[in-house]
Amino acid sequence: MQIFPRSLNKLPAVVAVGAALLGGGVVGGFWYYGTPKHLQVGYAPRQPVPYSHRLHAGIMGMDCRYCHANVERSGEAMIPPTQTCMNCHSLVRTDSARLAPVRQSWQTGQPIPWVRIHRLPDHAYFDHSVHVSAGVGCATCHGRVDQMDVVRQDQPLSMSWCLDCHRNPGPNLRPRDQITNMEWRPDPAQQVTPQRRVEPPQNCSGCHR
Amino acid sequence: MSAVNPNLPIKDINEVPLAAESYDFHGITEDVARVTETPAPRGWWVMFLIAVSLLGALGLTLAYLFWKGIGAWGNNQPISWAWDITNFVWWVGIGHAGTLISAVLFLFRQKWRTSINRAAEAMTIFAVICALMFPGIHVGRVWLMYYPFPLPNSMGIWPNFKSPLLWDVFAVSTYFTVSLLFWFVGLIPDLATLRDRSKTKIRRMAYGAFALGWRGSNRHWQNYERAYMILAAISTPLVLSVHSVVSFDFATSVIPGWHTTIFPPYFVAGAIFSGFAMVLTLMLVVRVVFKLHGLITLKHIELMNKIILATGSIVGYAYAMEFFVAWYSGNEYERYVFFVSRMKGPYAWAYWSMIICNVLSPQIFWKKSMRTNIPVTFAVSIFVNIGMWFERFVIIATSLHRDFLPSSWGYFHPTPIDVMVYLGSFGLFFTFFLLFIRWLPVIAIAEVKGVLPAADPHAEHYGHDSHDDHDSHEKPADGEATAEA
Repeated sequence: MQIFPRSLNKLPAVVAVGAALLGGGVVGGFWYYGTPKHLQVGYAPRQPVPYSHRLHAGIMGMDCRYCHANVERSGEAMIPPTQTCMNCHSLVRTDSARLAPVRQSWQTGQPIPWVRIHRLPDHAYFDHSVHVSAGVGCATCHGRVDQMDVVRQDQPLSMSWCLDCHRNPGPNLRPRDQITNMEWRPDPAQQVTPQRRVEPPQNCSGCHR
Repeated sequence: MSAVNPNLPIKDINEVPLAAESYDFHGITEDVARVTETPAPRGWWVMFLIAVSLLGALGLTLAYLFWKGIGAWGNNQPISWAWDITNFVWWVGIGHAGTLISAVLFLFRQKWRTSINRAAEAMTIFAVICALMFPGIHVGRVWLMYYPFPLPNSMGIWPNFKSPLLWDVFAVSTYFTVSLLFWFVGLIPDLATLRDRSKTKIRRMAYGAFALGWRGSNRHWQNYERAYMILAAISTPLVLSVHSVVSFDFATSVIPGWHTTIFPPYFVAGAIFSGFAMVLTLMLVVRVVFKLHGLITLKHIELMNKIILATGSIVGYAYAMEFFVAWYSGNEYERYVFFVSRMKGPYAWAYWSMIICNVLSPQIFWKKSMRTNIPVTFAVSIFVNIGMWFERFVIIATSLHRDFLPSSWGYFHPTPIDVMVYLGSFGLFFTFFLLFIRWLPVIAIAEVKGVLPAADPHAEHYGHDSHDDHDSHEKPADGEATAEA
């Protein structure tokens, strides 16, 4: 006497195929939906002041370094202080309602609580100056900020994304005088020679200290 | 008797039968299946409550540990591996007896294994589960435990296949998988026996599902024995490989006291040593609580004691060799670790405890009266369990606590969390083990029947005439199992 019907003989095969599909599905699902390419690209939080990079950097053509002044000298590109805004806005559009938080900050001395967009893990030590001096342009990692009214994350900033360039930096380098040029495109006929030797670290302690 | 005639029944060559003389086939089925069918004795409940309480305490401790991070342990530089890795190696080592008994002794036709292999294999599986827990929680961020596995990820990195720690992941998980398969395949005929004896529908469905439709037909037995043989052949190299790889965690580093070529065989011998001690500890209790004296006989105990004596002596030889090589190498750091740190350093108490437990205590088994003395055997098995824990602790802590710079010297102090995790692992182990002895046949019913004198085709003249009908089978099909459809 058998307890179970004959059709259950297929159960092991079904379980095996099901487990393989489920395992593959979970891994593949995480790989696609659980990684920065999907989770972080496009992050565009609301800022306390509706500052438009398209207007300032694009239409008016201000250089990135006017506000992000430390980018060539320090690890942090730096968020400009309110004073930088007021260099112009003490004279220009002094009564704009959208600039009220800037004027308030200027009067009270309380900094504007800008929301950080490009965030790396705590144990990843990124340095802007070394990348700029190697010839990596702003747009390479930040995208066409000059076309964004609201800045959003353009690249995944995942470790494999970093390593792709660290393993083969050549295609992402440009002449030093074109660093902040948002429209620069590599010329296939012309080889870019970096101003200094570029040997990006691929060992753990290159970025994790 | 000058030459042993292989055709003589065992009595004539002065061997003792492997099961009490009074047993017939049905008696074995009754005695083993009874354990799972009658209400548990009070002793079982007492032990189960203790085990489950410890398991609960382990759960709470781990929750706290994950919340705080492994700073809750006493580990710190220079002793960055301490009780966690000690416990890991200890549990993995205990897990070795199961495969040795089930695979190696099977291939060598050591029939006495049949009474103990089931429980030893179960012990292996549960011990490996406990072992795997420790490196799992040692990583600290348990949610990143997928790092050692070669999965696609967004980090552009891959497991470091040059690292012995990664070999460990694969060695131990392979070992676990193969042991589990081996155990399960061996269980199939006995599960069918339990299924056929079941009185309730749920019980019959549960055992029936795992018995995989076993009917005890000739074809089933042929396939079964072939599968069992293949699994035994696959498992045999694992007996050597797993603890060799565990020893590489230490031996491939450059720490004096770890960096030793003797480690793989020394660890394997120690693992078998500790595994047999644990089998004895468990089986001596099980045979009393469930009255299985007739199946786990003094002969089994004596044979296991002989293995303990042999492996214990190998371990003692390895300890001596470490000293010899340290002296012979002329390397002052090597010499320092052994002749200063271990013999008379701050951890000398641990070192000498280890020597007394592992090297001296088994030597009592040179005397047959001691090998067959149950209280002495139990005491020695406990000593060996303790001693083998100390061995791993001594290797890890004494080698680390004297760093190359005296400014980095230290001493390990366990925290209550260290202690609770270790005790909790016993809760995990014994919860599994106690459930196993209640719900599964603790002795391989079908295999033990095969070693009865009545299973011998020539046995009819030697006092077991009542089972003539079974005598023609090499391996008797289970009397209770439903005959082929």
